Amino acid sequence: MNPQRAEDGNLVVRIEDLHKSFGHLEILKGINMDVREGEVVVIFGRSGSGKSTLLRCINFLEDPTSGAIEVGGIRLSGGHRNRAKREQIRQLRMRTGMVFQQFNLFPQMTALQNVIEGPVTVKRIPEQAAQTVGLEILARVGLADKAQEHPIRLSGGQQQRVAIARALAMEPEVMLFDEPTSALDPELIGEVLATMKSLATELHITMIVVTHEMGFAREVAHRMAFFHEGVILEEGTPDELFNHTRFPETRRFLDAVL
Amino acid sequence: MKSDPVGAETARPRGFWARLEQLNLRIPYNAKLGAVWVAIFAFLAVLFSQAHFDTAWMRKNAWFITKGLWVTVFIAAVSIFFAIILALLGALGRLSKNPIAYGVSGFYASFFRGTPLIVQMFLIYLGLPVIGQAFREPFRGWFLLSAIVSGIAALSLNYGAYMTEIFRAGILSVPHGQSEAAEALGMTYRQRMSRVILPQAFRVIIPPTGNEFIAMMKDTALVSLLGTQISWADPFRRATLLGRADFRNLEALVVAAAWYWILTGFFTFFQRRLETRMSTGYVRQAAITKRPAAGRFIPASAGGGAGGGASMVEVPPGETGPRSEERPG
Repeated sequence: MNPQRAEDGNLVVRIEDLHKSFGHLEILKGINMDVREGEVVVIFGRSGSGKSTLLRCINFLEDPTSGAIEVGGIRLSGGHRNRAKREQIRQLRMRTGMVFQQFNLFPQMTALQNVIEGPVTVKRIPEQAAQTVGLEILARVGLADKAQEHPIRLSGGQQQRVAIARALAMEPEVMLFDEPTSALDPELIGEVLATMKSLATELHITMIVVTHEMGFAREVAHRMAFFHEGVILEEGTPDELFNHTRFPETRRFLDAVL
Repeated sequence: MKSDPVGAETARPRGFWARLEQLNLRIPYNAKLGAVWVAIFAFLAVLFSQAHFDTAWMRKNAWFITKGLWVTVFIAAVSIFFAIILALLGALGRLSKNPIAYGVSGFYASFFRGTPLIVQMFLIYLGLPVIGQAFREPFRGWFLLSAIVSGIAALSLNYGAYMTEIFRAGILSVPHGQSEAAEALGMTYRQRMSRVILPQAFRVIIPPTGNEFIAMMKDTALVSLLGTQISWADPFRRATLLGRADFRNLEALVVAAAWYWILTGFFTFFQRRLETRMSTGYVRQAAITKRPAAGRFIPASAGGGAGGGASMVEVPPGETGPRSEERPG
């Protein structure tokens, strides 16, 4: 069973009245969300409903049109960037780990080099120390023996686990997963989900996961949020959403994917 | 063997043309190709001897012309170095959202691609000193460049402008997800470029840059037209000086042309090896096709081949294609 939701844990992520438009098209229409330490939040909904955009707004890969984001005590509002804000965005990103649908590993580097790139280049940790930690993290995702391999020689599932290790190596306050299993062959999805589950249950990493894997959500998530046309239509524990669905839109979506 | 659809029942071909065709099929393609080259050289030899080609003069003076080769290689090497720096800056400018960077690089690429190289050389050599007149004495001298420096400056600027496009395309060939992954780690623009984007872009950039270097070696001859001193004279300048003095223009220019040809052939060989090496690991085995045997006979395929490097690069797995981003232009 899922652990009790950490109601009184420290606030890690706060999203306030977030709006995002691309031209005239409004993708996010006022999103509010708090995520506390150790919490796993699963975001789901139809494609185009804005779930990936929200995730990309949290670490400013997309600039929110308005509203505010707070991660690990750094608070930034939407709108234009300036020099000071750019540096703050960078600080915020160092506290945020992101795992992409397409892995986006650096192909010219080995798995280990991928993992230590952030600590060495961004955090200026000495390479020797970073390698020791990097190998530990690779072992954590079950890929200690692949440390010297280049991504092209790894399977999709292995690449995604290296990508998780790369994000983890920055010791982020929150990990963002943007449909981490959508690009994988069906038989490789399990190993990635198992890795993510171990991060949640053993390391108590705070995670926001955009996914269609409802089995993972039921098992691991503390909270689920259903996205519909740019708003969070329904939010609650997996039990509430799966067994006591309030909105017909949510019911229809769940029936379609389950 | 080709079967004759009309007279299939006849065992032996009849007539002169039919037998000739039969014979033709038996000769290997490479032998024919070699024969063509031999024929061309024989034709030229006959032509030259009819024009009283003076081989004795050529043997006596070849070394004087050859001594200029180092100038060719030196100018090309220095110019390609500066051209690469300019191309990198130009490409980063063309990809920048900053209006100053975008505008300056746009002007640079447009002007130096839109005007003849020889005009640029003369503009720098003869035009800059005139602009210098507007300045006071210590600065005025800065605008007065020697023929060699003017030539190197013009070659660097001109080739840099053309190579801006190569570098820009190389940077754009790196999938956008790479940049995003680097950004998500908290990398600065500089770190992203130096650690993630450029190392991948150079795979695409280096082969065509080799081509530019080879093309540039031929364009170094233009520097002669500025009137270089004899100590800085390249094979072309030496050939024209000597040829005019002795009325042996053909002999002198043939020596110079032969050297350029050999030089480009030499570097084309290395450029092709480099290209093959750069693509290993990125290219599926089947994509490495054997070059046609013709390559052995043509030292420098002028303006032609050896440009296939970029198209051979495989997109890393999981990426759908070249990144497309909302950029001006």
